[in-house]
Amino acid sequence: MGQELINLFVKSIFIENMIFAYFLGMCSYLAVSKTVKTAVGLGIAVTFVLVITLPVNWLLENYVLQPGALGKWLGAGFEEVDLSFLSFIMFIAVIASMVQLIEMIVEKFAPALYSALGIFLPLIAVNCSILGGSLFMQERAFGTIAEATVYGLGSGVGWFLAIVAIAAIREKIRYSNVPAPLRGLGITFIITGLMGIAFMSFMGIKL
Amino acid sequence: MKFVQNIFDQTRPLVEKDGKRNLLYPLHNALETMAFVPDHTSHSGAHVRDAIDLKRTMVTVIFAMVPALLFGMWNIGRLHFGAFGEESSLLDNVIFGALKMLPLITVTYAAGLGVEIYFSWKRNHPVNEGFLVSGLLIPMIMPVDIPLWMVAVSTIFAVLIGKEVFGGTGMNLLNPALTARAFAFFAYPTWMSGDKVWINTTSADGGQLVDGYSGATALGDLATTVGQGMGNPATETVMAQFGPEGTYSLMNAFLGLIPGSIGETSAALILLGGLFLIFKGVGSWRIMLSFFIGGFVMAAIFSAFAVNEFMGLNPLHQLMLGGFMFGMVFMATDPVSASQTATGKLIYGFLAGFFGIMIRVFNPAYPEGIMLAILFMNVMAPLIDHYVVEANVKRRAKRLANA
Repeated sequence: MGQELINLFVKSIFIENMIFAYFLGMCSYLAVSKTVKTAVGLGIAVTFVLVITLPVNWLLENYVLQPGALGKWLGAGFEEVDLSFLSFIMFIAVIASMVQLIEMIVEKFAPALYSALGIFLPLIAVNCSILGGSLFMQERAFGTIAEATVYGLGSGVGWFLAIVAIAAIREKIRYSNVPAPLRGLGITFIITGLMGIAFMSFMGIKL
Repeated sequence: MKFVQNIFDQTRPLVEKDGKRNLLYPLHNALETMAFVPDHTSHSGAHVRDAIDLKRTMVTVIFAMVPALLFGMWNIGRLHFGAFGEESSLLDNVIFGALKMLPLITVTYAAGLGVEIYFSWKRNHPVNEGFLVSGLLIPMIMPVDIPLWMVAVSTIFAVLIGKEVFGGTGMNLLNPALTARAFAFFAYPTWMSGDKVWINTTSADGGQLVDGYSGATALGDLATTVGQGMGNPATETVMAQFGPEGTYSLMNAFLGLIPGSIGETSAALILLGGLFLIFKGVGSWRIMLSFFIGGFVMAAIFSAFAVNEFMGLNPLHQLMLGGFMFGMVFMATDPVSASQTATGKLIYGFLAGFFGIMIRVFNPAYPEGIMLAILFMNVMAPLIDHYVVEANVKRRAKRLANA
């Protein structure tokens, strides 16, 4: 069991990296990666939201949404009920409320970070990697809540690693003589592609 | 040398600003500075008085690569004639190898310098010497039978997307030579792995391949043992090759008498080049040493667990195979894409070696784990530097506060 969890953790960081394997969560990845400091802040926020929302959504999935899930605790009369059509809206509702919570915490305890992250903090609510994490959890039908949590943590750390790495690169090339048409976002896309090649080293590894 | 000088002097008016052929100025300038030391000196201000400059650094690396390159040529010929069971002298081998190698080198330089010259002409800057080393590194890390157009396309990709879009020499994020190889590896996998490309087997006189001929590399053979478990009869024949009498014995791997990419096989001559680089102060001993230690630690951990024969290989033997040595000496030490800080170099090298062996063993599809591990660490190098610098700033701020 412990070994499986470690495998899942490593796999979700490197092999199934949210950015380089699925290209999820690109908007904030591109927009908030100008300095390492804000990138670290956003990376931690995303990781935190993933770690909170995945177990909550796992519980929802397994005890409310799945076909027959209600029957597990409401008795035989509910075994026919299939609420899986509600999963998108439920997952989003959970994510949005968690993000709201984090926003209030960050504003209270780290006002500098709060202003640096700006609009992107509330936008975590619609960050594809967060909803993606929940949907992957649903698709892969994790057996225990521990697996869902570890998957959330791993995906978050992978996303964190990606955004912090590109922020360091963008700080490094800030004074490079990049051809004018490519300055800004253009070169960032190219960097992301090259980083994707580097991350391809992990693809296909079976743990 | 006088008449070479005359040629440059006579053509200079043609290519200068108002000349008829001023589009060719970057090419003229590049060839001239390659042939002669530039004669322009600065007249005011303070200057660093040292003979080392970009060109000299690059030429030092070229010198360090020559032993491995010559050996690679000889090895091409040896493997080719060996595959047909023919007798061949040292000279035969070298000539055959040189004939295979020259087109590769020419195509690489033509493609790469073409892109460089186009950019320097478009962006009004002189051609840098940066491609001098990459242009020789790229043919050395390709299999001998790769079609030339693939080399050209990979080189153009590497120079264009890997280097010029970042602003040219000294600004690249990834090592250009490795970018070219990674591009070829992912774009044309059948030409970059397997057992068809490492030994040239086109016979001039219709000869037959000898019985028991195998064109695989040592790592390719090892990858087949993964998933078979230890002590399995199927893997015994493979592992016999790695014994003291086998084709891939430790001594053969160290000397380089094995198939592989052209320049990567001979650990001994690569190390010789590495010592030269360290002695001249061009290559970083920190990176090489920590890279070696990183790889050794990972290989030792694997051989301690030894779930399959690949993992169980003697750590030192593991490091002699494939591109490990070549990557350690010539690729990881690239001063632009590696970490810049002293502590960062130690971390960078260690992780590159560590991940290299890990990918090689865990990912049987990519026996060239070293290439990908170095690219991965190139991506992470700015981050390592950032935190090394931050830590230093913090430490000194604390010292100031306590003083």
